Amino acid sequence: MKAKHQRLMLAGLGLVAVLGASGLALSALQDEAAFFYAPADVAAKAPPTDRAVRLGGMVEAGSIRPQPDGVSIAFVVGDGKARVPVTFSGIAPDLFKEGSGVVAEGRFRADGSFAADNLLAKHDERYMPPELAGKMAAAETLEQ
Amino acid sequence: MIHALANPVRFLKIARPLTPILLFGGLGLLLFGAWAGLTRTPPDYLQGETVRILYLHVPAAWLGMGGWTSIAIASFAFLVWRHPLANLAARASAVPGAAFAAICLATGSIWGRPTWGTWWQWDGRLTSMLLLFFVYLAYIALARADAQRGGDGRIPALFGLAGTVLLPIIRYSVIWWNTLHQGQSLTLTKSTIDNAILWPLAFTLSGFSLLFGAIVLMRMRALLAAGKVEARMRRMAAA
Repeated sequence: MKAKHQRLMLAGLGLVAVLGASGLALSALQDEAAFFYAPADVAAKAPPTDRAVRLGGMVEAGSIRPQPDGVSIAFVVGDGKARVPVTFSGIAPDLFKEGSGVVAEGRFRADGSFAADNLLAKHDERYMPPELAGKMAAAETLEQ
Repeated sequence: MIHALANPVRFLKIARPLTPILLFGGLGLLLFGAWAGLTRTPPDYLQGETVRILYLHVPAAWLGMGGWTSIAIASFAFLVWRHPLANLAARASAVPGAAFAAICLATGSIWGRPTWGTWWQWDGRLTSMLLLFFVYLAYIALARADAQRGGDGRIPALFGLAGTVLLPIIRYSVIWWNTLHQGQSLTLTKSTIDNAILWPLAFTLSGFSLLFGAIVLMRMRALLAAGKVEARMRRMAAA
């Protein structure tokens, strides 16, 4: 009976230690494991310009401008705290549009703007039928 | 309670009739959910028809993690109470758990190509789920080697307990880190998936879960039978 209780204690402690380890890993890797820099991170601390990184945020409404060369676009990625101008030439994914999330792969220039060589659309956690999305958009327009 | 269920004879008495109930109940729910998900729900406003993969992807992710949860619980019970049935339950959960983790990764990749514009990215959620799949493979190899060499199952059980480290990492990766994968849509109390799209998921989720239970029971019965065969062969060889 006593040995059983001892094992229960040991296994319980082991499990707590394992879960604690995963908590530590989550918080310690916070910066390292981030998939992209948010504009606020860029504003807080200048990102490296010498290697390829990713920039993620929302494409600001009304910011997508086609460039004179015909294949490039320029737009602004924001997260409500800071904004970063981005240029990109190539084929953007279907879900890339103003007001939705994007992850751009590329490099920061010395002036703080971002030169993207690939765009990934970031989907958010909301799923709804088109009629409903239409209604929500209409409601938002009415509020303005 | 644990000891009442832990008797192999009593376990078989319950498991034998329970297996077909879980199997056919699960298949029924699954087929209905798949039919409803393919024909009775509207497309998503952004993703269009690709949203329907969630009826397969979400249950696979849930059972990929659920499989390891049962390995962890069974390993814990085995380490503490030393009952061989708990060891069998852990071993029986590994292959279906790994299969569902693989389905989760494959369907996620197929969905990611049209939605994100990439098959694979090393973001926190995707990478941690891939790690869980590899940990499953390691557990399967370890448990098999342990059984073949006549080990007592303690080493795979310790591994089963240690692998639990990944579960909170997968769960919270999208909250704590910047990831390409979207945040969680479902919690116990609310959902950011509209009900018109969500409801068939309840059927496929419960259907796959019952199916998982049926597979685990079948594998446990097969492992018990294999143990019996081996014991009889040994007796015959000795006689």
